[in-house]
Amino acid sequence: MAELTKADEPTDATPNVSEVDVADVHSEEEAVAALDAHVDRGEPILQVRNLVKHFPLTQGIVIKRQIGAVKAVDGISFDLYQGETLGIVGESGCGKSTVAKLLMNLEQATAGEIFYKGQDITKLSGKALKAVRRNIQMIFQDPYTSLNPRMTVGDIIGEPFDIHPEVAPKGDRRRKVQELLDVVGLNPEYINRYPHQFSGGQRQRIGIARGLALNPEVIICDEPVSALDVSVQAQVINLMEGLQDEFNLSYIFIAHDLSIVRHISDRVGVMYLGKMAEIGTDEQIYDHPTHPYTQALLSAVPVPDPDARDHRERIILTGDVPSPANPPSGCRFRTRCWKAQDKCAQEVPLLAVPERFKSSDSPAAHESACHFAEEKDVVHAG
Amino acid sequence: MSEKTIERPTTDEASLAKEIEAEEKAAARQASLLKDGWADLRKRPLFIVTAFIIVCLIALAVVPSLFTARSPFSDGFCQLQNSMNGPTGGHLFGFDVQGCDIYTRTVYGTRNSIVVGVVTTIATTLIGGLLGMLAGLVGGWVDAVLSRITEVFSALPLIVGGLLIMSIWGGGDVWSVSFIMAILGWPQVFRIMRGEVISNKYNDYVLAARALGAGSWRIAFRHILPNTLAPVIVISTMNLGVYIAAEAALSYLGIGIQYPNISWGLMISDAQDRFLTSPHALLFPAGALSITVLAFIMLGDVVRDAFDPKMR
Amino acid sequence: MTIIDPTDAVPAPRPGDAEKTGPLLEVRDLHVEFKTREGVVRAVNGVNYSVNSGETLAVLGESGSGKSVTAQAIMGILDMPPASIPKGEIRFYGQDMLKMSAEERRKLRGARIAMIFQDALSSLNPVLSVGFQLGEMFRVHQGLSRKEAKAKAIELMDRVKIPAAAARVNDYPHQFSGGMRQRIMIAMALALEPDLIIADEPTTALDVTVQAQVMDLLAELQREYRMGLILITHDLGVVADVADKIAVMYAGRIVETAPVHELYKRPAHPYTRGLLDSIPRLDQKGRELYAIKGLPPNLLKVPSGCAFNPRCEKAQDICRTERPLLVPVTERDGTELPGRASACHFWKETIHG
Repeated sequence: MAELTKADEPTDATPNVSEVDVADVHSEEEAVAALDAHVDRGEPILQVRNLVKHFPLTQGIVIKRQIGAVKAVDGISFDLYQGETLGIVGESGCGKSTVAKLLMNLEQATAGEIFYKGQDITKLSGKALKAVRRNIQMIFQDPYTSLNPRMTVGDIIGEPFDIHPEVAPKGDRRRKVQELLDVVGLNPEYINRYPHQFSGGQRQRIGIARGLALNPEVIICDEPVSALDVSVQAQVINLMEGLQDEFNLSYIFIAHDLSIVRHISDRVGVMYLGKMAEIGTDEQIYDHPTHPYTQALLSAVPVPDPDARDHRERIILTGDVPSPANPPSGCRFRTRCWKAQDKCAQEVPLLAVPERFKSSDSPAAHESACHFAEEKDVVHAG
Repeated sequence: MSEKTIERPTTDEASLAKEIEAEEKAAARQASLLKDGWADLRKRPLFIVTAFIIVCLIALAVVPSLFTARSPFSDGFCQLQNSMNGPTGGHLFGFDVQGCDIYTRTVYGTRNSIVVGVVTTIATTLIGGLLGMLAGLVGGWVDAVLSRITEVFSALPLIVGGLLIMSIWGGGDVWSVSFIMAILGWPQVFRIMRGEVISNKYNDYVLAARALGAGSWRIAFRHILPNTLAPVIVISTMNLGVYIAAEAALSYLGIGIQYPNISWGLMISDAQDRFLTSPHALLFPAGALSITVLAFIMLGDVVRDAFDPKMR
Repeated sequence: MTIIDPTDAVPAPRPGDAEKTGPLLEVRDLHVEFKTREGVVRAVNGVNYSVNSGETLAVLGESGSGKSVTAQAIMGILDMPPASIPKGEIRFYGQDMLKMSAEERRKLRGARIAMIFQDALSSLNPVLSVGFQLGEMFRVHQGLSRKEAKAKAIELMDRVKIPAAAARVNDYPHQFSGGMRQRIMIAMALALEPDLIIADEPTTALDVTVQAQVMDLLAELQREYRMGLILITHDLGVVADVADKIAVMYAGRIVETAPVHELYKRPAHPYTRGLLDSIPRLDQKGRELYAIKGLPPNLLKVPSGCAFNPRCEKAQDICRTERPLLVPVTERDGTELPGRASACHFWKETIHG
């Protein structure tokens, strides 16, 4: 395992990618044990508290009046621990991409805090912000638009060093870029090529190399594989998992593909209309969901098993996601929920372990924002 | 971590190396989008033809004395007794009203046309490009103010604007005409530049640079500017021809280049009254003008075809 | 079973009844090429498949596999040039559409064969109301009056379960959500009750919950009208949910065909097997994913022999030199497996090994 230096001195990122050899893990038990070892927590590296982002809606050209706000993110909280992957799933418009931008400080939060190792980064600017940026990096969704077409691969991956010259001395940069190319599985000789000479999967590797350049501790991945071909997705997922082990990275993995999120995540949060509906370990969320939205979402995912199609229970939601500019009162999901009662329209359900599960140690005892939370295994049903 | 045999992601690609190597060869010849466009350009016959014409025109403009033994500025260049004589052996294009050799004047007129075209193009590209970049990048009130100013200038018709400026400024040489056209021409480049900057400003790669902590200057000049240049270059190339034609039009109307300077537009204007009796005095400068304008506009056209990423 | 032909009112070419016994659509040895700056791209290289009434054929493949190009060739909406069809037949009720006049084909399009696209927003005209666009089909193909056409449009919107259809008929496409727009696209495709619908990634742009709604609707309508459906997708999950049979495409060729249950249980081509192994599962926490190495091929220089050979773990010398033909797949004892075929030199090892 390569030594990881997170201090200011330049790091020698000798590529020594470690991936657990598949053949090495023989039994289910071993795999589970390996998982448990992972969940050895400690202090969270990132703490998000009541994060809010409202985009104002204005009217008028000269004198702008605010006539409302799109509540893209409306009070969400979660923790991210060292070395873990937190998956965030939700449908388009649920605010998951806005969360990514807020965590990267690419958008200014309307309210709430983001603590990186105890320091609130939403209030930072200038040098202090730049220093934090080194430690939190991002991988973008679209490998075709996230790389500047007029720059060579060497310039793209080397740019972080131009911006943060303290990370690598000038003479050393070319070598470091080539190492990074090697780490992400690309030929180091490609350094002088342009992005359009690569396929989507290769471009995404370039984007990953750029994200790794500054030795970050946290990487925010916004739909990193959704633009890739099926057969290439697995390569990139495996690469990301390998890099996580090698560099002890923490990932926030934002995606709409629930199967991929389950595969890569240790914990998963489900978002709906700017709020967190349910959060827990992957097993808790996928095998023991208690929020009706999570259940509907899971039941709608097509499973690549034709034998399952006739006896799988499907919860088909009616209607569309309401507008985040004018979300329903009380529980935001109530307009599409089959369990909704008067209480749901009046009282906003809090994200907490539901009362009825509090004393139990079953996997259903995890945070869920529903007045009528109950367990339902929709994935294996039938 | 233990010494497990580790499958490095590189091995994924290792067997692929050969295939990629082969691809590399194909790729090496198109190392960049610009080179790509250039390689494409060279294959187009239209480009070769227009480039040849333009090289000839530039040679005419730079060293006119190579192409004609006479100088229009020498004493005795114009002999009134030759007035309106048709083409002869020694004087291929014939003579004008003043008895001046039309061939020599046409050759020397090239310089003024090209200079006006080039100077105006550079001026409009610089003014429009810089202001457009500023408006697009900064946005807000800066954008609003600059855009309104642009509208004022583009609302001025060329002729009216030309008359206005000439009456204030006087002039009548190459520089004053270039100045007029630059003042009236930059809004077009401004609009294109501003639009390109705005559409590039929200691209993911700009976001990625911001996420790395890049400052505004780096984002402007390293990321946005290089991606906005291609359309600006294309429109500027095309405009070169348009400006040459506009200069001729202004000169024809008497508000462009004035005597003793030579201009094709002026020559055409002088010759028009006697067109029916001696058409040669009009046809030769008009033909030179047409060929020049056409060459530049066609060049702009092929350049656009080769560089426009949407056509790829 | 009698084939109910719901298209009596449609003035489109009518094949004789005798010909109706064959498949609804049959593609035979279809080739499609594109002339590009870099050379000739052979996007489709000899594709064969057929669909019957009431049947769903899923064409599975990655980008560049030729799955969409084949569909566009069937619809007759390829831009020619740069595309050309040097070889092949597309038989609709036994009649080769490639030999028909442009006018005959135009009459088939929309009336007898319809297509649903991935991006509903860009496929609908933004300046015309959805009611007008739906009604246009009836005005053009059936010569109905504006009023009649509008009534038909409302009926159609009802049928694809758009709430308050009568009230929304004059709305414009941007006023509908993504899922509703896709319903409108389906309504347009259904308008003239075609015999065959080609759906090109119909739900890729939609959220999962909406995707489920739309796929259910499509399946229901297909049953109701006994239409043939060609579903073009890269999503193995969607295929498992709705398909009857599957054709897997790679680099412009079909590499495997099979009934849906068979394919998922026992793939007979290493590419199919690799795809199935490389997708994470919702119902199981996987360990490391199997990843097909390498990249989808560049169509300008498809590898010699089997196009999949540089990425294949089973590849031998023969795979690099000899292109495997699509051959029927049998049980170990030689029993025929109906509908199954594989273009792999080592299909026996793949399916039985």
